[in-house]
Amino acid sequence: MKVEQISIFIENKSGRLAEVTRVLGEAGVNIRALSLADTSDFGILRLIVNKTDQAKAVLKEKGFTVNKTDVVAVEVPDRPSGLYGILNILDQGKVNVEYMYAFVERCGENAVIIFRFDNTEEAIQVLTRGGVNVLEGERIYNM
Amino acid sequence: MIWNDEFETLPRDVIESLQLKRLQQTLQRVYATVPFYRQQLQKVGMSPDKVKSLDDLKRLPFTLKQDMRDNYPYGLFAVPLEQIVRIHASSGTTGKPTVVGYTRRDIETWAELMARSFVAAGAHKGDVIHNAYGYGLFTGGLGAHYGAEKLGASVIPMSGGNTRKQLMIMQDFGSTVLTCTPSYSLYLAEVAAEEGIDFKSLKLKVGIFGAEPWSEEMRNEIEEKLNLKAIDIYGLSEILGPGVGIECIEAQKGLHLWEDHFIPEIINPDTGEVLPYGERGELVITTITKEGIPMIRYRTRDITRIIPEPCICGRTHVRLERMSGRTDDMLIIRGVNVFPSQIESVLINIEGVEPHYQLIVDREENLDTLEVQVEVNEQSFSDEVKILQELSSRIQKEIKEMLGVTCKVRLVEPKTIARSEGKAKRVIDNRKEQ
Repeated sequence: MKVEQISIFIENKSGRLAEVTRVLGEAGVNIRALSLADTSDFGILRLIVNKTDQAKAVLKEKGFTVNKTDVVAVEVPDRPSGLYGILNILDQGKVNVEYMYAFVERCGENAVIIFRFDNTEEAIQVLTRGGVNVLEGERIYNM
Repeated sequence: MIWNDEFETLPRDVIESLQLKRLQQTLQRVYATVPFYRQQLQKVGMSPDKVKSLDDLKRLPFTLKQDMRDNYPYGLFAVPLEQIVRIHASSGTTGKPTVVGYTRRDIETWAELMARSFVAAGAHKGDVIHNAYGYGLFTGGLGAHYGAEKLGASVIPMSGGNTRKQLMIMQDFGSTVLTCTPSYSLYLAEVAAEEGIDFKSLKLKVGIFGAEPWSEEMRNEIEEKLNLKAIDIYGLSEILGPGVGIECIEAQKGLHLWEDHFIPEIINPDTGEVLPYGERGELVITTITKEGIPMIRYRTRDITRIIPEPCICGRTHVRLERMSGRTDDMLIIRGVNVFPSQIESVLINIEGVEPHYQLIVDREENLDTLEVQVEVNEQSFSDEVKILQELSSRIQKEIKEMLGVTCKVRLVEPKTIARSEGKAKRVIDNRKEQ
């Protein structure tokens, strides 16, 4: 029920982001979703890709600092209050969201949101119990 | 083990009478042969025969690095060039280098003192000494080389650079003793990790590190990563080169300075007055056996103190505390004295931070700014911004606690801070260009 995300440390210097995408492109890795957190000095690029381990390996080889983390992909009804319904379930279940970002593709009629929780296992339980559809990693990588 | 039992364990009073005799001879010689010294002494109304005790030394003028530049290249040599068999020069990052010349006897003395140093560090005949100090104008390579040969060890003249080959030779030749700068030893460890070489599988037992200031924390890091005993060696080309002083492996605490060849004094760097025994200040050295280019009260700009207690190893020569830095490396940030080595000791104690760092000093609106660049590694990197921000504020807080200076911490990508094969360049001071 978990999705693997890679994160990359990027200094705020011109060309670094382009370099990451170049390396991934040359390795035939396709980016499925991304989010960039930035501070004044550095950024953290988070990616969901179709080939996680390969992406991590080629980036490391090029000298990037790369981490792999588990995140959760959740189906969200594509209508007003759709996201609120999910966040409300999480809040009631006392689950903390570290950060979240939207997936590019839709899943049928629904949108897909990627969540990073402080406690991933517990979050999945809370969501499933609340009747929310949590998507499998395989489905996300190949969407 | 002691290399020269007779001279390294001389009773205190014998050392002092030997020093006085040799000092008087040196003064007679430079007064007669080096116009600079004759003028210096005359300026203060002194002459060699007025030096009756070691205490009179403090009445003589200092010799500065600038004096060597002013007399570039051979002006301070005390013998004709025909008697000089070797010439070395400092790196001279600003202006002309400082030039030193050695007579045949000077080379022999140097080899003797380096051999003493190797033995003090726990090396002996039969060791394979992997010498990664640079060979060339820099004194490190050849200085250590001659000492190793004098000792009767097998010396591998690696010089600096070509790090992968260094590791291959260490593995294949069974190097047991490593000599290089402390920063280069950590670079060797980094490359070894990349190559999948475990230092535990090598035969290295001792590393003799010098030519740049380093901290006790860095010693721990090196000992752990390279699986050896790390020994601090002291030297400077103006006085001799490596082997002016060394830690003994028995105590690993303070560097014995070979007092039958040098007289150390500790002075207040601002006033020039000699400080009481045991107080911290600038080290001043007088050479008392050197023929080529004797140095009278040379200001080393190194900050240290004399450790008054006798050493457990049996050597009677005084010990100097690990140099906390050189006065020219010292940064003054908003009025606070900061040595790069102090920042280094803070960084090394923080988990997840690589021991490679750089300090950028600048001035913004008449205020000094200090930026500490630190490399992020895989242990400290997280996908969450707050964790990285906690790391940089922790570094900032600990530096503030230690030095009282607020700095900006900048996390940078791994391996982006330049690695050095010789002396590491830790500081970029942009204020000087303004």
